[in-house]
Amino acid sequence: MERTPLLSAKDIEIEFTLRGKVLKAIRRCSLDIYEGETMAIVGESGSGKSVFTKSFLGMLDANGRITGGSITYDGVDISQYKTEKEWMTIRGKKIAMVMQDPMTSLNPLKKIGKQIQESIELNQGIHGEQAKKMAVEMLEKVGIPDAARRANQYPHEFSGGMRQRVVIAIAAACRPQILICDEPTTALDVTIQAQILDLIRNLQRELNMTVIYITHDLGVVANVADRVAVMYAGQIVEYGTVNEIFYDAWHPYTWALLSSLPQLGIKGEELPTIEGTPPNLFNEVKGDAFAPRNKQALDVDFEEEPPFFAVSETHKAKTWYLDPRSPKIEQPQSIRRLREKMERERK
Amino acid sequence: MPAKEKLIEIKDLQITFGAGRKKFVAVDHVNFDIYKGETFSLVGESGSGKTTIGRAITRINPVSSGEILFKGQRISGKISKELDREVIKKCQMIFQDPMASLNERAKVDYIVSEGLYNFHLYKDEDDRKRKVEAALREVGLLPEFASRFPHEFSGGQRQRIGIARALIMEPEFVVADEPISALDVSIRAQVLNLLNRLRKSRGLTYLFIAHDLSVVRFISDRIAVIHKGRIVELAEAEELFLHPLHPYTKALLSAVPIPDPELEKKKKLLVYDPSVHDYSKDGPVWDEILPEHYVYGNQRELDQYRREIQQTQA
Repeated sequence: MERTPLLSAKDIEIEFTLRGKVLKAIRRCSLDIYEGETMAIVGESGSGKSVFTKSFLGMLDANGRITGGSITYDGVDISQYKTEKEWMTIRGKKIAMVMQDPMTSLNPLKKIGKQIQESIELNQGIHGEQAKKMAVEMLEKVGIPDAARRANQYPHEFSGGMRQRVVIAIAAACRPQILICDEPTTALDVTIQAQILDLIRNLQRELNMTVIYITHDLGVVANVADRVAVMYAGQIVEYGTVNEIFYDAWHPYTWALLSSLPQLGIKGEELPTIEGTPPNLFNEVKGDAFAPRNKQALDVDFEEEPPFFAVSETHKAKTWYLDPRSPKIEQPQSIRRLREKMERERK
Repeated sequence: MPAKEKLIEIKDLQITFGAGRKKFVAVDHVNFDIYKGETFSLVGESGSGKTTIGRAITRINPVSSGEILFKGQRISGKISKELDREVIKKCQMIFQDPMASLNERAKVDYIVSEGLYNFHLYKDEDDRKRKVEAALREVGLLPEFASRFPHEFSGGQRQRIGIARALIMEPEFVVADEPISALDVSIRAQVLNLLNRLRKSRGLTYLFIAHDLSVVRFISDRIAVIHKGRIVELAEAEELFLHPLHPYTKALLSAVPIPDPELEKKKKLLVYDPSVHDYSKDGPVWDEILPEHYVYGNQRELDQYRREIQQTQA
């Protein structure tokens, strides 16, 4: 079945100019987002997952720019947008974003209700009393008790979890088609984290949204995602359905990420770790960017960049391991152990 | 089995902040022991008082009532100056946020040797340099890093500097306050391995403070679950995961993300409602329900917990 993607990023390249030097943050990155799905983008800090999604909203920092590729949304290539005016037709209205830190993403001088009202007035063209009423309704929807009273309070009177609910309310009040959640729970406690994930899931169903999660927590990914994309050094290296990534990963970086999880560690034994550091993106990356940290790297990994190989119709990995010419490489023991362990626990 | 040596004993500890109408009880009648060589974890949500306990042991927060013993000696409240210095040396702390806990204006060399300066624990300048070098090597950093500033390092490296700073004092007991919460996944494993390795090589004892039970299961021998300043359950790590009894422990466990999509999507989230406890007639007690497994509850609840255990064992 051939579905047309809601948003399609193709061969995106993003560069930043820093102290006269050029940093290639995103190196030809492609991703399709389908309507109604939940996509999770995973990777370590600095892998470019935030920068990549920020480019869908024209929210790159002033020293950054898209230097190649296209982002097709609604039949238009939005990567060509230049002015704020153009971006304002997308940002908030069509694609909205929830930031990581609820402590800094609200205006401390404005009442909560007012901040939600603002987003309704700006994006839906409803004003005054009616917008105020909608703001209170939105607060109720995100599970804040006694919403009418709470709307008249300031952000400092809210706890971290409650503030994140408000931030979500502001984003959802614009009725966007796509909601991007950038590490929505990293700053929160586990118990609150689970509640926020539930909330986003319910809103998604109710408002018919497509959700993109950016996270480094694979537990969160397992909970929410339909599909997963793994990012490393400015590229997507593997993507597939959530089960394919967790049970049948093929890229060595995905293996390393999964096997370093403390949840899967065996007590008394060392956890497998990823040695070394990610490549410096100021320099040209040759071959497979992960090769220097991969103990099982093939010679060709250092020479030539691998293309995507299909594992299944929905699952692709950018590694020479899947090339029929490469020597037979088995998935590492930890991945197999993960699968076995999970099968046991499922019983 | 030989009796385990108690390194830290906490007896009826209470810590309050403020006085009069604004009084807030942060830690409420807490009792537990930490044995030598083990990793003891305190788990709870933010504001539950877990950090306050850690800070009380390192003598940062004063104790309101109850006492803390270190190797059988009381170290809470008023103590002699020599003992105070001894405790500060032997009980070290690793902090949560490596971005905020290092002096931005000092070089790594000074940060790591600050404790040595304070107690004059070195013979001469060469000796101090040697000690700093050894500490940096031990945590997997290069000795050359000593002449750099904290902002030149990544989060994982900064946390290593924080660990080196604690280690150089040759502590016996280390309070690790959420040492990996602020780190990236790929670095978490490295820091956990480092902590485990140091425990073995140096015979350290840890008090590990965390809110994420999944990490705690891997690293700790025993776990105490704390809620609103009270410890509600204490057991060996595996035991706690197999037979959680207190409803708060269950809620906490249900919230732990599991990196398995099939399991995770079937999971039911439990929410802890403190009003399930009716302590109006029947007061709660701290009871050893199974060997080495303690839980807080009244008689009716304890009976119910016992039935639960029987059911799971049957």
